[in-house]
Amino acid sequence: MARIDLDRIRHAYGPNPKSEADFALRLVNQAFDDGGAYALLGPSGCGKTSLLNIISGLVTPSQGRVRFNGDDVTNLPTEKRNIAQVFQFPVIYDSMTVRENLAFPLRNRGVKQAEANQRVDEVLGMIGLSGIAGRKARGLTADVKQKISLGRGLVRSDVNAILFDEPLTVIDPQMKWQLRAQLRELHKRFGYTMVYVTHDQTEALTFASKVVVMYEGEIVQIGAPEELFERPSHTFVGYFIGSPGMNVIPTTLDGASMRLGAYSAPLPVAPRLRGKPKLEMGVRPEYVRIGAQGIPATITRVEDAGRFRIVRAMVQGHSITAISPEGDELSADPHITFDPKGVHLYADSWRVDLTVEAAS
Amino acid sequence: MKPVNQKAWFLVLPVLVLVAISAVIPLMMVVNFSVQEKASNGQFFWMGTKWYETVLHDEKFWGALFRSLSFSAIILAIQIPLGIFIALNMPRKGWGVPASLILMSLPLLIPWYVVGMIWQMFGRVDIGLLGVMLKDFGYNYVGDPVDAWGTLILMDVWHWTSLVALLSYAGLVSIPDAYYQAARIDGASKWAVFRYIQLPKLGRVLTIAVLLRFMDSLMIFAEPFRVTGGDPAFLSIELEQKSEELGWASAMSIIFFLIILAISWVFYAVMTREDADVAKPESAS
Repeated sequence: MARIDLDRIRHAYGPNPKSEADFALRLVNQAFDDGGAYALLGPSGCGKTSLLNIISGLVTPSQGRVRFNGDDVTNLPTEKRNIAQVFQFPVIYDSMTVRENLAFPLRNRGVKQAEANQRVDEVLGMIGLSGIAGRKARGLTADVKQKISLGRGLVRSDVNAILFDEPLTVIDPQMKWQLRAQLRELHKRFGYTMVYVTHDQTEALTFASKVVVMYEGEIVQIGAPEELFERPSHTFVGYFIGSPGMNVIPTTLDGASMRLGAYSAPLPVAPRLRGKPKLEMGVRPEYVRIGAQGIPATITRVEDAGRFRIVRAMVQGHSITAISPEGDELSADPHITFDPKGVHLYADSWRVDLTVEAAS
Repeated sequence: MKPVNQKAWFLVLPVLVLVAISAVIPLMMVVNFSVQEKASNGQFFWMGTKWYETVLHDEKFWGALFRSLSFSAIILAIQIPLGIFIALNMPRKGWGVPASLILMSLPLLIPWYVVGMIWQMFGRVDIGLLGVMLKDFGYNYVGDPVDAWGTLILMDVWHWTSLVALLSYAGLVSIPDAYYQAARIDGASKWAVFRYIQLPKLGRVLTIAVLLRFMDSLMIFAEPFRVTGGDPAFLSIELEQKSEELGWASAMSIIFFLIILAISWVFYAVMTREDADVAKPESAS
């Protein structure tokens, strides 16, 4: 196990990057603590797989250094880095049995037969494949094949980290829960450093103790799931995490109060801003209340989402989404209010700290 | 119960007609000739299995069969590994890809008879490049059976290894990158990558390559006939020399056909055996 440091990593796939847009990774500084369970979350094409491949050495970054426990491994080939990686689509060695598949990484590293056997038996038990250990791996179902891939990642006891690249994409939903729970269990028992790439927020939030949100080749926020939900530091995080995502509405400042159309609300402090940034107000649908008082609104649509309803409304010319508990009567003359503890101010998409200490 | 509808037969009819005209009817004509004797006045007489017995008791037939099978075995043993080796070393990106593909297809574009002519001249000890170079070592494909064999094998390797290489190359480029990445993660050596990823993934194209090369090499005719005038006498050449004797030639054709069919089937069955193993448990579940 190891602590992994990414030091000012930039990466472009083309040979001569001209503009920022040519970089798949614009600038990444990130430390993965020894024994931590991290999720890399972001939309397709945000650079999360590139980042993972840079850690494992399948990709060498254009700029920056990669360190394991302080040792520079940037130019070390994958096979020397002692990393396990599980890919999106199952990779199995067709001509081998399930058991031979699991033993393969050990055999390549010259682990002694007796020790290898013991490790393989242990992992077979963990992933629940002891029953078919002697079967040829060819022709098994996708989720069994993916379990084998996973098992090959877990079989080496001395790996620096285990990396997962959307490993549950091909797995049935029910099996997904089960495998994810198993991974968490393994993490608890063995304390592997794990980095898990996904574009599925539920997967990220349930798997990881720390979620790293990426957007357009940059890390926009790192935090525990609650932090990402309560204090999204970038409008993208607000929009990407939570379902439905955060309301982001253009706003203007008038001293220490924030305006929405003809209405305004006081802020705890007057923010100090540099230049003339684009100002937006962000509030999650969970903090929008519908009642008889507040700003008048026109409800345009109501969606039933099971235990609650998603209400779409027009307020002062902006569309706003609110969550309303099931069974609540929607007033014939609806008004909305915002719960102050869920209201954030964004300048050029980045959250402005409105605590008194930050202002002083 | 579904109503029984015979209309579907009409949809199969065009294919049946096509196959009948192109394969079944000509084959049946050969079968027909193989059990009859044509007299000088044009009448046919029933001969039963006599032609077959004659062929099977003919030492020349067995000699030719042995030579044909040996030739196929030798060229397969050279062309398959060599083709795979070339495919492994062909470039995967850049200008080298089209260049090597074109280069590899060139021998395949030359008509077989012309290939024979090229090598006939290439090997001549008076004017041929190969012949002149090797003359001092006692090389002469006219009259020396070993040299004749060597020349024919070299010619076939030159002519057909590209086919194996191109098929293998197609198989190799279709292997997803993730396999190579996983192999690096697992610390696999170059040999292990070949043995456990590339070779198994090539299985299907190699089945096709082996079958094509086997059948084609058994039927080889134009090139050896052009190069050495029919010596060593392969089955096809033996057949050609008997073409005046309708019954004899027909019986030999049928035997030849059955041999190719039987051996091809064995090849196919052995090479696809692993797939069949797997199909069973899956269909059961």
